[in-house]
Amino acid sequence: MADKPKVAFYWCASCGGCEEAVVDLAEKILDVVAAVDIVFWPVALDFKKRDVEALGDGEILATFLNGAIRTSEQEEMAHLLRRKSKLMVAFGACSHLGGIPGLANVSDRQNIFRTAYLDSPSTVNPEGVTPQVSHGDNGHTVNLPLFYDTVRSLDQVVDVDFYIPGCAPTPKIIAAAVTTLLSGELPAKGSVLAPDHALCEECSRRDSKPQDLKIIEFKRPHEVLIEEDKCLLAQGVICMGPSTRAGCEALCVEGNMPCTGCFGPTSRVRDQGAKFLASLAAQVDGKEPEEIERILAQIPDPLGTFYRYSLPASALRRRKMPAAA
Amino acid sequence: MPDTKPTNGFEPRIVAFFCNWCTYLAADLAGTSRLKYPPNVRVIRLMCSGRVDPQFVLEAFAQGADGVLIGGCHPGDCHYQEGNYKALRRFHLLKRIVKDMGIEEDRFRLEWISASEGERLRAVITDMVEKVRALGPWQSAVPQEEPVKEVAA
Repeated sequence: MADKPKVAFYWCASCGGCEEAVVDLAEKILDVVAAVDIVFWPVALDFKKRDVEALGDGEILATFLNGAIRTSEQEEMAHLLRRKSKLMVAFGACSHLGGIPGLANVSDRQNIFRTAYLDSPSTVNPEGVTPQVSHGDNGHTVNLPLFYDTVRSLDQVVDVDFYIPGCAPTPKIIAAAVTTLLSGELPAKGSVLAPDHALCEECSRRDSKPQDLKIIEFKRPHEVLIEEDKCLLAQGVICMGPSTRAGCEALCVEGNMPCTGCFGPTSRVRDQGAKFLASLAAQVDGKEPEEIERILAQIPDPLGTFYRYSLPASALRRRKMPAAA
Repeated sequence: MPDTKPTNGFEPRIVAFFCNWCTYLAADLAGTSRLKYPPNVRVIRLMCSGRVDPQFVLEAFAQGADGVLIGGCHPGDCHYQEGNYKALRRFHLLKRIVKDMGIEEDRFRLEWISASEGERLRAVITDMVEKVRALGPWQSAVPQEEPVKEVAA
């Protein structure tokens, strides 16, 4: 036991899908368990924070941390695990780029609390109770983690060595990444452990993508019977393939659904959403502002579509709202 | 700076992407014609407005620009046939995204200014600087810890 490298798994602002993805390794997980000593994995094993604190600095070989950083508790755990680990691996889209929880960055704490605890139609909260950091009752004080204004990707909080992309990462990607990390022959720091080219390059529908799309109408997946062998963009369905890193083997497209961009950008792109916008908008057919406006109006939520997984890591910054000042 | 009045010492910083064939020449013409406009614009010359990657615009705002102006050739006049139409389509979509993040409409503009329109260039920049000045500085939320003692909704 003592000679085996130690690894830890942790989750922050996430849905649990990444934990599922680890279990999806199926029988391969036995190889992982045989090769390593899992010292911390709250979702599956009964270790406590104090067990991690008892470890020496850098004693863990690698921590696989999924989920974005939204609260002070998550930040504290990220710092603790960083200190205890030789390698910090951002696991999954939320940790890598901010992910779905990161879409909350269009708003701030005050407005999120107002909607969630006061204004939503299903809420009954006559006293207007919202989460407090500490609350005194009967001479005792109870504390809750602070809910930050802004969701951050892991590398905006601590130093990150590697990224495993995906929502969730596929078993193949995970197995390859774990094998690479255990082999001791590490790629360059900061690498995303997936191929560095666009998804279109490994898409089976690639040959049916025209040179210029000349889009005259955008359709959402439920509005059209999607042909199974034709490029989705050529059918007017927004597919993020051109601006998304490959490695998933086009799972969604094979399932006849468009790519939504969970693997993030390739290494040459700073901002996945802006890059996709550039390519998509340029291929809209239309020269008059009214016509362009009409076609583009068929994309109901460009921000949520192009930045579905990458808003915190993008160059887009929200207005600093007065309450946060 | 005869055309502008300082407000609380705030001088807007506007990043302008001008195409090589029209708007940049208009700026040149404005200069040689000695037309005066506020010095708040930092001009970046590109070969075509179609070269303006939306990433440039977002990066400018992220790094503290108070406004971004894209200048290109009038429709039909693009040196590369289609570049300005691409810029126009991107602008229509990008302005919706920046609006979602709270960036006011007057901070992000696309204008067609031909090589002979030095006067129009002067007018556009003066107008934009005044509007951005009235809006005040663009302040974005930086993604870092924001400690607060009280959490009130």
